[in-house]
Amino acid sequence: MTYKKPVQKLAGKIREITLGENLKLGGESVLPFYSFDGDTGHKPVIGMEIWDVHPENWPTTVMEELGDRVRNPVEWAKFCEEKYKPDFLCLRFVGANPDMGDRTPEECAQIAKEVAEAVTLPLVIAGCDSNEKNGKIFTKVAEALADKNFAFLSAVESNYKEVGAAVGLAYGNIVVAESSVDLNLAKQLNILLMQLGVKPEKMLMNPGCSAVGYGYEYVITTLDRIRLAALDQNDATLQLPIIMPVSFETWKVKESAASVEDVPEWGDQEERGIAMEISTSVGILAAGANAVVLRHPRSLEVVREFINSLIQ
Amino acid sequence: MALTGMDIYKLLPKKNCKECGFPTCLAFAMKLAQGGVEAEKCPYMSEDAKTRLSEATAPPMRTVRFGAGDRCYTLGGETVLFRHEKTFVNRPRFAVAFSDTMSNEEIQSKIERMNKVDYIRISEEMYVEIAALECKSGNKDTFLSLIKRVKDGCKKAVPMIITSDPEIARAAVEECRESGPILFGADEQNYEAMVNLAKQYNLLLGVTALDQEKLYDLVQKIQNLGYRELLLSTGSTALKQVFDDVVNIRRTALVSQDRTFGYPTAVFAHKLAKEKMMQLAIATLFVEKYASVIVLDDIDYSLALPLFALRQNIYTDPQRPMRVEQGLYRIGSADENSPLLVTVDFALTYFIVSGEVERSKVPAWMLIPDAGGYSVLTAWAAGKFSGKTIARAVKEFAVEEKLKTREIIIPGKVAVLKADIEDELPSWKVVVGAEEAALLPKFLRDYTGKKVS
Ligand code: SF4
Repeated sequence: MTYKKPVQKLAGKIREITLGENLKLGGESVLPFYSFDGDTGHKPVIGMEIWDVHPENWPTTVMEELGDRVRNPVEWAKFCEEKYKPDFLCLRFVGANPDMGDRTPEECAQIAKEVAEAVTLPLVIAGCDSNEKNGKIFTKVAEALADKNFAFLSAVESNYKEVGAAVGLAYGNIVVAESSVDLNLAKQLNILLMQLGVKPEKMLMNPGCSAVGYGYEYVITTLDRIRLAALDQNDATLQLPIIMPVSFETWKVKESAASVEDVPEWGDQEERGIAMEISTSVGILAAGANAVVLRHPRSLEVVREFINSLIQ
Repeated sequence: MALTGMDIYKLLPKKNCKECGFPTCLAFAMKLAQGGVEAEKCPYMSEDAKTRLSEATAPPMRTVRFGAGDRCYTLGGETVLFRHEKTFVNRPRFAVAFSDTMSNEEIQSKIERMNKVDYIRISEEMYVEIAALECKSGNKDTFLSLIKRVKDGCKKAVPMIITSDPEIARAAVEECRESGPILFGADEQNYEAMVNLAKQYNLLLGVTALDQEKLYDLVQKIQNLGYRELLLSTGSTALKQVFDDVVNIRRTALVSQDRTFGYPTAVFAHKLAKEKMMQLAIATLFVEKYASVIVLDDIDYSLALPLFALRQNIYTDPQRPMRVEQGLYRIGSADENSPLLVTVDFALTYFIVSGEVERSKVPAWMLIPDAGGYSVLTAWAAGKFSGKTIARAVKEFAVEEKLKTREIIIPGKVAVLKADIEDELPSWKVVVGAEEAALLPKFLRDYTGKKVS
């Protein structure tokens, strides 16, 4: 017998979504990195995390490289764009947390506007830990950045009407539908947003992310099932590119957060943090994510090289 | 291909004699196709029909073994491409690469780092299971001395002997046969000698060829020699091609149902990238899709923590959600006056909540009742997270004896439980906690702040 290489032809295709002016996501008609089956679409993209406040507990070498620029999100964003060349920037309003200064939506909008004017990369806007507050922040920021086609992390079940209406309908930006690690919840939220009138080309999804070791099997299985539903069963409500803020999850788990004094045998803390960030990213990229947000420039470099060596 | 009832019917004698216990041959064939009865029940089946049936019903991927004693491992035996279809059964094993051209110091320091990584994570011991020992010198004695050193230095690791020279391979196997080494490997030139050696010592035999086609041909030749304890690997040197190879070997076995590729695969991550973090990325990919032996240049905790955790996650049973054991858990240096939180026994919830409590730096206790392994809202809706179950846990884990506090913090999402719990636990006060786990650090800081002032 001679070898007959198997090929999997799938019926569906992930929708092509443009972030900002010309950063294209999705478009694949095969499982992640399955170039042997067909068209892998646009290369997965990587964004870097920027905060509106001085970060606490960030890796030492990152803080050293950023220097005083971390006091000013505009300077910080410019520096990242030039030095690390990510595909997009993720501006995260940590300072809007009630216990972190409770920054007002108007102030957030002002900062977002200044950052957007200072850089050429597309932005992804992330909120704070309160979904209620995020509804308000996103409304103001989306207004200030009207029709920029920037993505907003995220609309969840409890605020999707407010976020969807402002971000996706009124101000021409992209709504990221975030659900918690379940195919049906992801599908349901996508449908609700579409019923609200948000066009699929103004949508991305985040079906729930965690760090490796922390219920990560649910994340991978949810991604597997979403991608099979979209590609194999041609389910149009799930054919959206996926974006995941990996760094939001990986840097707070103990593998990254415990100091060498806490756990001497674990060795260098920063190495551990980078490794958790890389492994978590690669795992979800291999299961279907089209975009990840990272914190450490070293992770960016490695994940980019990884993507490039699988898609030439 | 799996046989249908009709395919099987064609193989039967069609006597309708009922001796199998079924009214007709067709009824028997239908039952056989579902796996509900043994083929032996029909005494009149021809030898040819029997072999065809047993081939058709054999699992699509073989389960193979290596190691010895309590360091014996199984690989392969997988039946699905995605873990939501059915559990992935035999987790990949990690290897650290040595060669006999390395300096003594290098060998020594690798051995030390391997021995250092040994810990328990959710009741599983984590360490590197394999030492991949490559003969690069071409000299038997040099290679044997490497084997000896690593064997004595890392007692836990099973050797994987890597050489294409059958003479050297024989000496190497004899050096460490008691530990059940993997023999890697057979190629187009040496396969007859290697198969003989593997047969003689009953070893898992690595088989390698330049690409998928050549590997396929070689496996057929080896199967014709009657050996089926195999571990496959192509000689591809680029990540993109290796991914193609590993995925398509698995698909050939499981989708095309062609057992020539029905064996586990090995990936030499250290040959695909020099740099440690890139090796980590590659290893991550292949834990998820679909390698069974993954070789790295080296190991330390920064690699082990994500890789072993990922492996544990991917190889858990998807039908049975991971549950944490019920009990009273101490977070940080909590004492009898520290705050007490209660949440469900669904592992994901427990990890997220305990992570946020740790992040808050407020020492605290977490009470985990029997909530059926569901998330907070599901458990509440199913009546598994209720005043009764919480009160039962308070008694069972002797919370009143262990702690002085009489306040219990419940998840904000189930604030409605407050009265129910206070009915069941009259001496307790129920405090409604944060709506989202991410808001817990602030909640706990405020909560303990209020207590002090
Ligand atoms: S015993 Fe065999 S021949 Fe007789 S009825 Fe059953 S299947 Fe047919």
